[in-house]
Amino acid sequence: MPDDIAPSPPADRGYLTEKGFLSWACTLDHKRIGLLYLGTTLLFFLVGGVFALLLRMKLMYPGEELFSNKAYNVFFTLHGIMMIFLFIIPAIPSALGNFLIPLMIGARDVAFPRLNIFSYWIFLAGIIVILASLASPLDTGWTFYTPYSATTGAAVTVLSFGIFLVGMSSILTGLNFIVTIHRLRAPGLTWFRLPLFIWSMYATSIIQVLATPVVGITFLLLAAERIFGVGFFDPAKGGDPLLFQHFFWFYSHPVVYVMILPAMGIVSEILPVFARKPIFGYKGIAYSSLAIAFIGFLVWGHHMFVSGMSDVAGIIFSFLTFFVAVPTGVKVFNWIATLYRGSISLDAPMLYSLTFIFLFIIGGLTGPFLGALATNVHLHDTYFVVAHFHYTMMGGTVIGLFAGLHYWFPKMFGRMYSERRALTAWLLIFFGFNITFFSMFILGVQGMPRRWAEYPERFQPLHIASTAGSWFLALGTVLMFWNLFRSLFRGGPAQPDPWGSKTLEWRTGSPPPTHNFAEIPTVTEWPYGFGKKEKERE
Amino acid sequence: MPGFAATNNTVSGVAAQVDGVFLFITLVGLFFFVLTQGFLIYFALRYRRKKREEPAETPYITGSHWLETLWVVIPSLVVLAIFIYGYLVYRTIRTPPADAVEIQVTARQWLYQFTYPDGRTAVNEVRVEVGRPVKFLMKSADVIHGLYLPDFRVKMDILPGSYTYLWVQPEQVGKYEIYCTEYCGTGHSVMRAVMIVMNHEDYGRWVKQEEKPETLSLTKKGEKLTENSGCLACHSLDGTARVGPTLKGLFGKKVALADGKSVVADETYIRESILEPNAKLVQGFPPVMPTFQGVLKDEDITAIIAYIKTVK
Repeated sequence: MPDDIAPSPPADRGYLTEKGFLSWACTLDHKRIGLLYLGTTLLFFLVGGVFALLLRMKLMYPGEELFSNKAYNVFFTLHGIMMIFLFIIPAIPSALGNFLIPLMIGARDVAFPRLNIFSYWIFLAGIIVILASLASPLDTGWTFYTPYSATTGAAVTVLSFGIFLVGMSSILTGLNFIVTIHRLRAPGLTWFRLPLFIWSMYATSIIQVLATPVVGITFLLLAAERIFGVGFFDPAKGGDPLLFQHFFWFYSHPVVYVMILPAMGIVSEILPVFARKPIFGYKGIAYSSLAIAFIGFLVWGHHMFVSGMSDVAGIIFSFLTFFVAVPTGVKVFNWIATLYRGSISLDAPMLYSLTFIFLFIIGGLTGPFLGALATNVHLHDTYFVVAHFHYTMMGGTVIGLFAGLHYWFPKMFGRMYSERRALTAWLLIFFGFNITFFSMFILGVQGMPRRWAEYPERFQPLHIASTAGSWFLALGTVLMFWNLFRSLFRGGPAQPDPWGSKTLEWRTGSPPPTHNFAEIPTVTEWPYGFGKKEKERE
Repeated sequence: MPGFAATNNTVSGVAAQVDGVFLFITLVGLFFFVLTQGFLIYFALRYRRKKREEPAETPYITGSHWLETLWVVIPSLVVLAIFIYGYLVYRTIRTPPADAVEIQVTARQWLYQFTYPDGRTAVNEVRVEVGRPVKFLMKSADVIHGLYLPDFRVKMDILPGSYTYLWVQPEQVGKYEIYCTEYCGTGHSVMRAVMIVMNHEDYGRWVKQEEKPETLSLTKKGEKLTENSGCLACHSLDGTARVGPTLKGLFGKKVALADGKSVVADETYIRESILEPNAKLVQGFPPVMPTFQGVLKDEDITAIIAYIKTVK
């Protein structure tokens, strides 16, 4: 790759040619809508990250230093709300999904382009309402457990409507994708010739359509409880606070697969290209996405083993939970097998993909500690849980997103980034991440509860280590974004297919023209036909 | 967990059993960790190609039925084993012995009140006898709380409107921390208590003493109550403002209230603030203090006021 710098812009700006506010605000082009989502979600990733750094700063001290406990509680709530609802749920599906699905299946756009821009507007409206609610010091945590969330003075009601809107956008986007994948595939693109990213987005969309209405309803019930005093969740009025937790996790557990499945799809695209090998066990990876989506609906109770839910329910949920591990394991084993006898180039997208697998394995292997009843009782609501979900969500999803950003950046903007800077950023992120979050596993085993503003002094050394790690992580992330941002304007021109990929998005210009393809391609084989068959080699 | 945790696991039989499950999952996890990361890193380095080098010829391998079957079947059996082991120990965790001493726990923002079978109560401190199983029967007076004994590897949420329970059989004399593990608002992280495990003789002596209260001076009694009732979690003695205003120099001071008025902190004001904290809210502090109505007796409040007078 040419490292730097060709200030003269690539000749054909494709879909990016048109300029001006309205050309973006009223666009029907799935690629532009994808970029709108990308910009919006990454902005909240950075804001949420600043809150994370503040939390880590405060946790260097065991007492009430730096800022008050109340402020700490508000900050961890904002960190959670922004990262979950405004970044990680929409980031890959709505941003990369929008940009890539039509291109990858050889379509000119999604099935319902107007619905698509409408989804973005609703998303934006939801964000505005959520930001308005943040004017009050929201301190419920992103889980909003009643009765605390029903009684606190913060603007939970306003926030409920914001999340309702964001959820609506998520449902419509999922619906759009399902129809697009069913109806708009290029001639010859059969289901088992689909890129695995499309399979993962298909599974993701099903979850979005089926699970998101439940969280919408849950927040409406919470609003009704706060405004009208209905008492769905208030024991004094015959309600049950556990009902809220069941509703909440019925959505919020499946939604972790909305977060991780698309990242798994990204990795499944990148590995074969950079190893020059066919993906190992295509059907296994495709079906395991569907299996995870399905089983993911049946395990929400593992968030509630010590909640006071019946022991029998806990035992059943624990049993079911373990079977999410099996399809997840299949993916990991298949990815590793793909590397066998490959010809592996460790460019930034590949490096991030391998990092995804490395960190996700740690996240995955610490899952059984929480799935098993006996150890869950000890580890529930401690830093072990915090470490576990940051390994899967940040080490998994976010690193997967970074891999995807580096892989598709030339396609999106028609420019290359500096590989050298990308590697430096990766190094900082990798070490920073592990120092930050591995310390938390140990803290959790030692009994440090999560969401604590103050803590006994014996936990301090590991907290200091974690905070120091967070600075490296932040530095690496800033460098990575700076590298990409700078390359928007100064990167050298990218070829239509800089990596030698075989999926359809690389069979058009970088950046692609507004209507994607001069002529809709006809597909004759699957997209992972790398390497030589035994017969050909003789 | 020996080698992992700062605490040992001989404090109770259950803790040792939980650590057994932890060790088992750790060993299984380590095996798969070495296996997967080993191959991942080995392949990535072994088959690596230099920058700008033409790709070497690679074989067209698209899968292997027996390998894929293998890594569906073996992990399924392994997780089944983990589930069963976890379940068996969980059964012990959830089954208190029939002869367990029952202690009532009422959690509220942000303290625990313990009630012994003979009616005695204590705040944020519970004393038990070594070797005797104890069952905590718990309910919340406001929002959801948790009760976590990290040394004993047990925790349970505490709900308003229904009872939950937790049991321990401590085998070692000592002081053990109790943490709130369900987020419950501003004072969540300072909602801590202590379980004191005493040997038979000491416990007996303590029970007798409690029945025939030692003659403490009023201020000494107030000092003990202030410590044990959770006041210091929010109110400092050294002048720093925490969740609530400091107690230092409070008595006799003119206090600015949230509604713009002001009041002199006399006995009546302090008594009212303990029983009805939001009646006269101090300027700059959130209305978060719980009432101590029913928690502290009249003579307790008198003692606390006497103590506050001495904090200068």
